[in-house]
Amino acid sequence: MVGYILKRLLQVIPVFIGATLLIYFLVFAMPGDPIAALFGDKQPSKQLHDALVAQYHLDQPFIVQYWYYLTGIFRGDMGTTFSGRSVNDVLAATLPVTGRLAVMAIGIEFTLAIIIGTFSALRKGKIFDNTMLVISLIFISLPIFVIAFLAQYFLAVKLQWFSPTVGATNDWGDMWLPAIVLGLSLYAVSMRLMRGSVIDTLNQDWVRTAYSKGLPRRRVIPVHVLRNSLIPVITNSATNFGVLLVGATVTEGIFNIPGVGNTLFQAIRQHEGSTVVSFVTVFVIIYVLVNLVVDMLYGLLDPRIRYVR
Amino acid sequence: MSGDTSATHYVAPIKDGTIAVDVVKIAEKPSNLWRDAWADMRRRPMFWISMVIVLVVLLMALWPTLFTQTPPNSNCQLSDSNGGPAAGHPLGFTFQGCDIYARTVWGARTSVSVGLIATIIGSVIGLIMGALAGFYGGWLDGLLSRVGDIFFSIPYILAAVVVMSVFAQFRNVFTLAFAIGGFAWASTARVVRAEVLRVRQADFVMASRALGKSRFGTLIAHVIPNAIAPLLVVTTLSLAAAIVAEATLSFLGVGLGSDTMSWGNDISQAQQSLRVAPMALIYPSIALTITVLAFIMLGELVRDALDPRARARR
Repeated sequence: MVGYILKRLLQVIPVFIGATLLIYFLVFAMPGDPIAALFGDKQPSKQLHDALVAQYHLDQPFIVQYWYYLTGIFRGDMGTTFSGRSVNDVLAATLPVTGRLAVMAIGIEFTLAIIIGTFSALRKGKIFDNTMLVISLIFISLPIFVIAFLAQYFLAVKLQWFSPTVGATNDWGDMWLPAIVLGLSLYAVSMRLMRGSVIDTLNQDWVRTAYSKGLPRRRVIPVHVLRNSLIPVITNSATNFGVLLVGATVTEGIFNIPGVGNTLFQAIRQHEGSTVVSFVTVFVIIYVLVNLVVDMLYGLLDPRIRYVR
Repeated sequence: MSGDTSATHYVAPIKDGTIAVDVVKIAEKPSNLWRDAWADMRRRPMFWISMVIVLVVLLMALWPTLFTQTPPNSNCQLSDSNGGPAAGHPLGFTFQGCDIYARTVWGARTSVSVGLIATIIGSVIGLIMGALAGFYGGWLDGLLSRVGDIFFSIPYILAAVVVMSVFAQFRNVFTLAFAIGGFAWASTARVVRAEVLRVRQADFVMASRALGKSRFGTLIAHVIPNAIAPLLVVTTLSLAAAIVAEATLSFLGVGLGSDTMSWGNDISQAQQSLRVAPMALIYPSIALTITVLAFIMLGELVRDALDPRARARR
């Protein structure tokens, strides 16, 4: 297991360097003088301009600039936003909010996907299964902002079950509607994976063995079938985390939740290039780390993985 | 043997007294993967429903005037703002007083063109990277797969957001398509690589090499044509994903400029008057969802048709 973890950690390093290099290269290719952009309409004096160029290492070659940026990330310095706030301060305030939204959304997604996916698999080809498959296709096709607006209009404005926006007071209770929206946007793929996986597991020898030993269905299904069917759903949730991050950006923007996603959403809308890049980098780092953690969990869940690679 | 249209084989009887007969029709064309898949799909109503939707959307994109004579963005009367359906305007009016039906029809063009170009870019890059990595293996595989991992580690909508924010003054269909397709190829490459690895083992590849064809020639002539099936599935599904990506980027405000008609832009503009005039948001949303749904259904049908095991599982 230790070897597996080490190997996986070593694999993350080139990916991390490559991804940040790629984003940094895009920014480097950005047309225009960044110092002039900093001053807006005003003209900085020659001395000030040169001093700032030296301060931000803009006179250095690309790879040296990247090195400063990379070491900055490792020191925990993510740069500053367009308005001059440190990205770290913004993250400290917003990350817990997004984390709460993500936990609620993933909770809703998994609960629905596991329950409905299992029942669909057990009733394969019956009316419940077919209905759920059609519904899941519709959810896969609905872009998240459409789900968000429809939910906002019908559930919050028309039926008034929820408050249409969240705002500054963002307790767990206020987040139900956006969490449901985000959870539903992720649900369909997980549910279909769970259904397929349960169908496959039901045909396995050990399930037949369990039944032939005389075990009751209420023990075979949860213990022998469900546990062994969860792996594809968990693996997918790691790759799907990118969808979650984009979804969180859109949802937080629409429901006005003061999280990381909303910060990115506002920066995109106001065309604040440097802020956009900082927060996308934050998201990429989170994405890589989450995938690493899920891969390790995966190794724990399924001993075969540890030895194969 | 009976006649020249079929070959009859007498096989061992299963039960005493009955003789099992195995008839092979000689005159019929031999079955292959594509023919089987087509025969399977042709029978399914869902296939024809999705094909009709795709065709209608393509027609809308190419010749919107076939569907509506109303100009979508000129001739908008502010007195019609958020108005309901009227004669000649079946879906009512937007906040700006433009005809929603006309705008929804004209919006198809952006989605289809960006979606198609982005998918072609993504599929071509994915095919090249995946085929080279899978076929040659060794250090090239290691290098290309790591490059793929890097692109895979950046969610492609976020990457496209960065590209479109950085190149804000060069916004057109091609930059948008490049921003989406240039980062979405990694999953395609993985699929192609896995399939090429499988096909590489086949006897016909060894035969081609033994007959003196070069490695690259073998890859182009024999390996890629036999590894194309999963690519077709992924391409259809990525078309749906690219259309969603275009709409999401337009919605976020980093798609094509707000003067370009697109479903994402229309949805984004309609959100300000969501409470009083939800229909301006709902109709383009329906158009977007149905288009995406058609491509996803098509992709899944093709996948099931090309995979005999999936067919058996149904």
